[in-house]
Amino acid sequence: MNDQLDQRVARFLTDHDPRTTDPGEFLRARYDAGLAWVHFPIGHGGLGLEQAHQAGVDRMFERAGAPDNKPRVNPIGLGMAAPTILAFGTEEQKDRFLRPLWTAEEVWCQLFSEPGAGSDLANVATRAVRDGTDWVVNGQKVWTSGAHNARFGILLARTDSELPKHRGLTYFVCDMTTPGVEVRPLRQITGEAEFNEVFLTDVRIPDEHRLGGVGEGWKVANATLNSERVSIGKSADRESGLVGVVARTWRERPDLRTPELHDRLLRLWIDSEVTRLAGTRLRQKLAQGQPGPEGSAMKLGFARIAQQLSGFELELLGEEGLRYSDWTMVRPGHVDFNGRDAGYRYLRAKGNSIEGGTSEILRNIVAERVLGLPAEHRTDKDIPWKESAK
Amino acid sequence: MSDLDLLYSDIEDDLRASVRDLLADRCDPDAITRLYDGDRSVVDVLWKSLTEIGMAGLLVPENRGGQGASSREVAVVLEELGRAVAPVPFLTSAVIATTLLLESESNLLALVASGDRTAALLLPWSMSPDGEIPAFDLVGESIHGTATSVAGAIEADVLLAPVRTASGLAIYAVEAAGASLDPVVSLDMTRELADVSLNHARGELVMADAESAVRRALDAGAALLASEQLGVARWCLETTVAYVKERKQFGRPVGGFQALKHRLADLYTRVETACAAARHATAALSDHDPDTSAAASIAQAFNAEVSVHAAEEAVQLHAGIGMTWEHPAHLYLKRAKASQIALGTPGRHRARLAPLIGLPS
Repeated sequence: MNDQLDQRVARFLTDHDPRTTDPGEFLRARYDAGLAWVHFPIGHGGLGLEQAHQAGVDRMFERAGAPDNKPRVNPIGLGMAAPTILAFGTEEQKDRFLRPLWTAEEVWCQLFSEPGAGSDLANVATRAVRDGTDWVVNGQKVWTSGAHNARFGILLARTDSELPKHRGLTYFVCDMTTPGVEVRPLRQITGEAEFNEVFLTDVRIPDEHRLGGVGEGWKVANATLNSERVSIGKSADRESGLVGVVARTWRERPDLRTPELHDRLLRLWIDSEVTRLAGTRLRQKLAQGQPGPEGSAMKLGFARIAQQLSGFELELLGEEGLRYSDWTMVRPGHVDFNGRDAGYRYLRAKGNSIEGGTSEILRNIVAERVLGLPAEHRTDKDIPWKESAK
Repeated sequence: MSDLDLLYSDIEDDLRASVRDLLADRCDPDAITRLYDGDRSVVDVLWKSLTEIGMAGLLVPENRGGQGASSREVAVVLEELGRAVAPVPFLTSAVIATTLLLESESNLLALVASGDRTAALLLPWSMSPDGEIPAFDLVGESIHGTATSVAGAIEADVLLAPVRTASGLAIYAVEAAGASLDPVVSLDMTRELADVSLNHARGELVMADAESAVRRALDAGAALLASEQLGVARWCLETTVAYVKERKQFGRPVGGFQALKHRLADLYTRVETACAAARHATAALSDHDPDTSAAASIAQAFNAEVSVHAAEEAVQLHAGIGMTWEHPAHLYLKRAKASQIALGTPGRHRARLAPLIGLPS
């Protein structure tokens, strides 16, 4: 990090002692000082610097005991909505949304997937019809994590069904408190409801909450999804995550050890370690500005290992692995692998190869965009969406 | 540990390009295939070309007659040698024997660095860095015994013999002319093995109390073999991807079938991961990181299996042609499988790793 920035952070910390400043006030001041996202423009939480400086700034704040902006509760807002608003939003939209988003005073969710549009995201059927200065939205969204805590949602809706599916979409910011927005918990394999279904009935969205042009929703959504891929696999130390949990059990519980489990553990440990290194290498490449289509490949690797490790952990625990902590339906604000038991980890990890792109779709992406293999045959190309097979 | 640089530098990229050019020019697959019929003409010519551009002395400081590069550059050369299944004694002489000689005062180092002489350490090629070192006996002043399945011995002018002495394990340099070499028919004829017998041979003491130096040399070999394995795997992946784009069945390229696309996407993921593992082991070695042995075993356990998997996929996805000598895929399968056993099997490296990372059996 350059010295000037270093001094700027130090000065901020002197002026706003984290021990005595109200956390909300501290976060707002940090945003206003341009120290939220240093690569964002001045006036929008940043200083217009290289993104590479951010990690150093974050570290200084962390060491000083600064309050955090609940990154685990607001991952969609921070990781996906913010970069999309920055890229496609008007000045008014940036002014309205970015600051309370960054401070986590307003949490965001993502209204993309639908019962009929998961891997085939461009097939969304939720309609938005223009009515004066508003749009009227009807449809159903699904797998919406955090919708029950969210103030805003990024919404992909169909505004023209006469066009082929990718071309008739528009991207909106949906105020989750608007009448007609109904959030219902969606109970999952783990017993809890981390996700939701969202029903949209005659929801009025003002045109000033449209992000990007009418019909440009697919382009905007792709920017969002690219941000998602880049955010995968944050910097981590050896044995962070699931492998650390399993290794700790192995060390503390000699009674559970068998030779067969030992070799399998070592294989999984090595697999975790080399995948972590591949993630580190990918980040080093990105920091140098080298393009990294390998992001999809890394997510495949992380999902596979999480599933293998969590399955191994149950076997290692033997009799204890037969027990489950709690089937009560709760609606957590975020996923917590480490705060729950092994059975939860095993079941929740099944989602790792589905959320953020199924492993099957990611393999297609790697095969087609990285290796250049022939694309899947598409029957719905270039025909109006309303005429395509659903 | 976490801050090791896993990327390639511009210098490394330049080195890669020049080695790749040379290999494209001097190392054609037909000539390599003829190794299996006993025609070794490609070996000496190729090794001479590589030594002429300084490859034998990469690891050796300039003041001792070398290029003063690091294991990072060596790793890139090994990736290229792997890609070409080049039948040269680079790993055995310029890496393992050289790493050992670097810890001695011997003048032999400069001769090996210049490529005037080629050296080989007389240990079985399957020897793991933590294995029990089979040593020759000292009878009076002469050396006696046999080392089996030694890599690089046939190409060597000078043999580095581990010798059991009253004060521990020593290394003696023995002229190859004074040894009895019995080439064996090897699974991988691009790295041909030999049984080497010394019958009351005379040698020059290079290093007394050499056991830990030998283990460090084997560790360097294991860490860097991971880069050679990466090169083998990359060739297999790239060649197979190119083939399935061309090969048509049922009226379309077989690479358009999802079953194959997904297999190749998975293979790509493993190969990219193997790249990170190899760069990490190399960086640890280059930076004298305390984690070097663990990093070497991690990379060796992982990359050996990725390399074999890539070669097996290449043979399968090339189908009929992949089973013939008309296509070079078989050369890579043989190299990959032999390298999986070389310098310790993956299972052996996992067992060695266990106490290093605090996961005892």
